[in-house]
Amino acid sequence: MALLDLRQRSGYLFLAVTLGQILLISAQVNTKSGVPVIERVTFGVFSEVQRVLSGGFSGIHGVWTGYIGLRHLKVENETLKRDLATAQVAVQEQRALADRTRSLERLLDLREGLQLKTVAAQIIGAAATPDFRTLTIDRGTRDGVRADMSVIAPAGIVGRLVVPSLRSAKVQLLVDRNAAAGAIIERTRAQGVVVGGGDDRLRLEYVSEAFDVVAGDIVVTSGIDGIYPKGFIIGRIESVERQGGSYKRIAIKPAVDFTSLEEVLVVLTPTPAREAAEGVAAR
Amino acid sequence: MILAVAVALALQTTAARFLVRGSVAVDLVLVVVVYVALTSGPATGLLSGTFAGLAQDALSSSVIGIGGLAKTLVGFLAGIIGTQFIVTASLPRFVVFFGATLLHAFVFMGLYMLLDLRHFGAPYAAVAGQATANAVIGVVAFQLVELLPGAVERRRAGKSRLRR
Repeated sequence: MALLDLRQRSGYLFLAVTLGQILLISAQVNTKSGVPVIERVTFGVFSEVQRVLSGGFSGIHGVWTGYIGLRHLKVENETLKRDLATAQVAVQEQRALADRTRSLERLLDLREGLQLKTVAAQIIGAAATPDFRTLTIDRGTRDGVRADMSVIAPAGIVGRLVVPSLRSAKVQLLVDRNAAAGAIIERTRAQGVVVGGGDDRLRLEYVSEAFDVVAGDIVVTSGIDGIYPKGFIIGRIESVERQGGSYKRIAIKPAVDFTSLEEVLVVLTPTPAREAAEGVAAR
Repeated sequence: MILAVAVALALQTTAARFLVRGSVAVDLVLVVVVYVALTSGPATGLLSGTFAGLAQDALSSSVIGIGGLAKTLVGFLAGIIGTQFIVTASLPRFVVFFGATLLHAFVFMGLYMLLDLRHFGAPYAAVAGQATANAVIGVVAFQLVELLPGAVERRRAGKSRLRR
């Protein structure tokens, strides 16, 4: 009966016997590399299975991250954009703060170096019309400022206080066509008067033809006008022309860049000339 | 079946000088395997081929299993042919023995060459000669057995058991 069963299952028997003999052969024969054939074949088969499974898992993972995971990508993108915008604003604020810090440091250096009593002020406004070159600062009479006090910056003379109020004041810039200041050419000590032209340049007037004046000479305040302290830089001579009379035509480039002013110092200490004039007036 | 295979193995190893002429070598074991397959069916044929082939491999110091695999395949296919076709005349039997020998040589040499164990060159003449010799011996063996009394009845009885 067993033999009959085997006969009926001859196909399976054939496969089983064949497989057994293949394994038997494989166990005896080595490949060229010395590895048994059965080991190499087994490893080869399983490595292909592993490759297929790995590829399948990678594909599933790729679908998950590439498609399903994209649902969260939009939200994350929007969040990151907002965070970036916030960070950029913060960077801008920090940059502005750094610039202001550097500006204040310069101002502080100037103030500490001065023997004069000063008060720092912020520029809070400009003139409504271009014909008048004025600025508005955030210091007023309650801060001790008065009319005709000089206003300076680290680079040089800015102008003078003209209209103080309780909490602010108007400053007439030196380049205003109605502004003027006593000046000295630092090299030759030739005296003159600096007047504004309404644009970005100054003129040095009443300098005799006899004096040696060349482009590049530094012009400073003389202090005799009773407003500006002596020795503060006004600007540098840009050109010198003979105008046929007794005086030279001298153009000055201001030392201060009036278009980029943010902080200034108001000199509270009166000049000696002013003190003398006030003393005479008091008597 | 086992007895027949054993006798064939004994004859093959002891009567080699009569069985080998030049490059042509009669394979009595293969003849017995095909005979058993034709008379008993594919299951018996493959088992006899397995046993005979493994034994022959073991006795010839070759890779055990190559001869066994070749004879297993031959025994199985010969058994199927024996059950599916009428292989009672001499010519069909000659063809079966001839084809079985060719198949055996192809598988046997093919496996050796595939595994890079031996090279046989182009043994077409040797294989053809062996196939012819095996076929002649196989046909003669059938004739001799059928001369025995009751052989035909036993064969018919065996086939009827197979069909059941």
